[in-house]
Amino acid sequence: MAAIVSVVSSTPNAAAASSLSKEKMKLGSCNFNSLLWQGKRPSFATPKSLSKVTMSVATNVSRFESITMAPPDPILGVSEAFKADTHEMKLNLGVGAYRTEDLQPYVLNVVKKAENLMLESGENKEYLPIEGLVAFNKATAELLFGADNSVIQQQRVATVQGLSGTGSLRLAAALIERYFPGAKVLISSPTWGNHKNIFNDAKVPWSEYRYYDPKTVGLDFDGMISDIKAAPEGSFVLLHGCAHNPTGIDPTPEQWVKIADVIEEKNHIPFFDVAYQGFASGSLDEDASSVRLFASRGMELLVAQSYSKNLGLYAERIGAINVVCSSADAATRVKSQLKRLARPMYSNPPVHGARIVANVVGNPVLFNEWKEEMKMMAGRIKSVRQKLYDSICAKDKTGKDWSYILKQIGMFSFTGLNKAQSDNMTNKWHVYMTKDGRISLAGLSSAKCEYLADAIIDSFYNVS
Amino acid sequence: MSSVFANVVRAPEDPILGVTVAYHKDQSPNKLNLGVGAYRTEEGKPLVLNVVKKAEQMLVNDQSRVKEYLPIVGLADFNKLSAKLIFGADSPAIQENRVATVQCLSGTGSLRVGGEFLARHYHEHTVYIPQPTWGNHPKIFTLAGLSVKTYRYYNPETRGLDFEGMLEDLGSAPLGAIVLLHACAHNPTGVDPTIEQWEQIRQLMRSKSLLPFFDSAYQGFASGSLDADAQSVRIFVADGGECLAAQSYAKNMGLYGERVGALSIVCKTADVASKVESQLKLVIRPMYSSPPLHGASIVAAILKDGDLYNEWTLELKAMADRIISMRQELFNALQAKETPGDWSHIVKQIGMFTFTGLNSEQVTFMTNEYHIYLTSDGRISMAGLSSRTVPHLADAIHAAVTGKA
Repeated sequence: MAAIVSVVSSTPNAAAASSLSKEKMKLGSCNFNSLLWQGKRPSFATPKSLSKVTMSVATNVSRFESITMAPPDPILGVSEAFKADTHEMKLNLGVGAYRTEDLQPYVLNVVKKAENLMLESGENKEYLPIEGLVAFNKATAELLFGADNSVIQQQRVATVQGLSGTGSLRLAAALIERYFPGAKVLISSPTWGNHKNIFNDAKVPWSEYRYYDPKTVGLDFDGMISDIKAAPEGSFVLLHGCAHNPTGIDPTPEQWVKIADVIEEKNHIPFFDVAYQGFASGSLDEDASSVRLFASRGMELLVAQSYSKNLGLYAERIGAINVVCSSADAATRVKSQLKRLARPMYSNPPVHGARIVANVVGNPVLFNEWKEEMKMMAGRIKSVRQKLYDSICAKDKTGKDWSYILKQIGMFSFTGLNKAQSDNMTNKWHVYMTKDGRISLAGLSSAKCEYLADAIIDSFYNVS
Repeated sequence: MSSVFANVVRAPEDPILGVTVAYHKDQSPNKLNLGVGAYRTEEGKPLVLNVVKKAEQMLVNDQSRVKEYLPIVGLADFNKLSAKLIFGADSPAIQENRVATVQCLSGTGSLRVGGEFLARHYHEHTVYIPQPTWGNHPKIFTLAGLSVKTYRYYNPETRGLDFEGMLEDLGSAPLGAIVLLHACAHNPTGVDPTIEQWEQIRQLMRSKSLLPFFDSAYQGFASGSLDADAQSVRIFVADGGECLAAQSYAKNMGLYGERVGALSIVCKTADVASKVESQLKLVIRPMYSSPPLHGASIVAAILKDGDLYNEWTLELKAMADRIISMRQELFNALQAKETPGDWSHIVKQIGMFTFTGLNSEQVTFMTNEYHIYLTSDGRISMAGLSSRTVPHLADAIHAAVTGKA
């Protein structure tokens, strides 16, 4: 049963070789005679040269010996650490995945229904076109812009199904690298940790614009506008459509107008990351208002979408990249180039998640049910946000203003804790979160708000 | 209004997938799609395997099933089972924990992730690909950051393997260069080395420290036997050396659209394998964060269940057998028509495709006059043929070859 490894790999001379021809080699579950030296010898292996030829991988050292162990992903690595923790009070506020009040993962009812429908209708599993499921692309663009939006009516949107938000951002980054050489992407400080990795790997330069003001635990609006203005003309400005990750701090509608003004002024290109449409406020339309504002001004823009959170389809990797162009012709051309970038990356996208979305959005009954489930999820998060705030205020008698927790929106809250304080949260309190002070409220139950409040207060005041 | 996209030109359709696009536009009732390699039944319909339907029903019925993010490396069970499938359950490399396996987006995704990994961590940045090869190979590796060279492979005169040329070209490659090898059922030619030839290739490659990168898209689908179709890979792993292997379940499990595959890197030591895995995660995270769940769950369910696995092997064999019988029927039809030329390569070649030897003018003729869709290199997908359509194809080939253009 044993594979004869060493014998095969280290016979430099003909004498030893001829004895080998009598050996049997067994590989897997198939037997066959050694055919090493039977029959015609390859012309390069004359007896003289044989002794110089090393048949083995020379020194048995790996070609990958010098590779170092990469550090764990700062966000996804949190869940891994949480799993390893055996403490009974442990709390996972790391990755942004919705949990029920019982802290269980949640598969939406509409998703289960859609999957059942798909199974009943006996769909096949043929390759999707490179650009993805046509019905999904139509539905996703209409959901984002509104079906009656002129960008849709005029066919000015190039929509390509992508691998959730990450994959859609990566396709856009690849497009930027190829067609806007040297153009920079401006990203908020802070932003989702993976944004930088995506642009680095796509070889797109980036720089930061001020966003978070630690003094107010709010938006540094003047800094933001100033930095966008100072950037070279024609830069791409990465904006979070709603529910900024990690801070939860969004511009007000008036601030969005001013942001659009300065972007237009500098001929910058807005690039939205929309991962929480419907999940932030509970309303799909409201959460798309920033994108729609920019579109209504006739600007060309990019929008990456994800259905990970709002349809709970995390693992199915379903999203889209939308490029709004000034003409239908430009949209056609851009779409064809996005396809050209997708083909050598994964050929065509996965069908399952796309069909679920298309079935839910395309069926009025399911679509309404979805809106209800989304309101429920957003509602639960808002209520734990309130409860956390109330718990903290009840325990903290210093009069510190914690209202920023209430003003923030979406899955996350930027607690204002620094790295050392965040470490204390984990080490002392077994509360798992990212080092930037971000907690995922989606992972918080109202039952645990008191405990979390204690942890935050302890970390804030007793650790520096 | 001026556009920032003014300089973006319209890209042509993908040469392979574009064939299906053109086919769909054709209104003729006689049209035949022999372009993309997707299996069709005798009735010309796509096929969802029975085991896949069963597995899917099980998954959908499982109330405890969730849709949480997979780890960056994908579904653990799927990874282990995939490595066993290609390397053999008793492979020492697996038992010694020397294999880093990550779930990827079918074959394409596995090749891309492997290519990116090598571009970052391997000292040699040239990959040698066979001439010809699947049209997407050079694009994948180029975008991954590698430079691409070719080695002789197909001999148009014999319509078989140019073995001497292959050995010469590999022999003159720089030490340590990466070499792409089709594990079985070479695409587009259907021409595979014999096991004896594989052994010589192995020895040559090891003597020059060339790094094998296997593309295994047809395991089980080529000969009907999962083990036989993995022999080329297994003889390399058996000698204790390192290699990469990209696996796809698109064809052998009919999971095309679900994008299920795996990249395995066989390393010298478990320690190296563990570091390699950690670095693969850094390639994957900024590309798509983590892979899709559905297809991998189906594969894992089938591979881990003895009954489903056995059923699968039977369905797989049936698909392979149907293709082999189409080869015979086409060959017989051309013999009966006394079409000029030696058509024996149709039955000698293996796998989904036949490299007909037709040139691009003849291909265009067949498309325009007979509404037969194939890639311009003369490759036809036997999986798209049926007993009913063989005569039509034979007519078209006959007309193209006898110059009725």
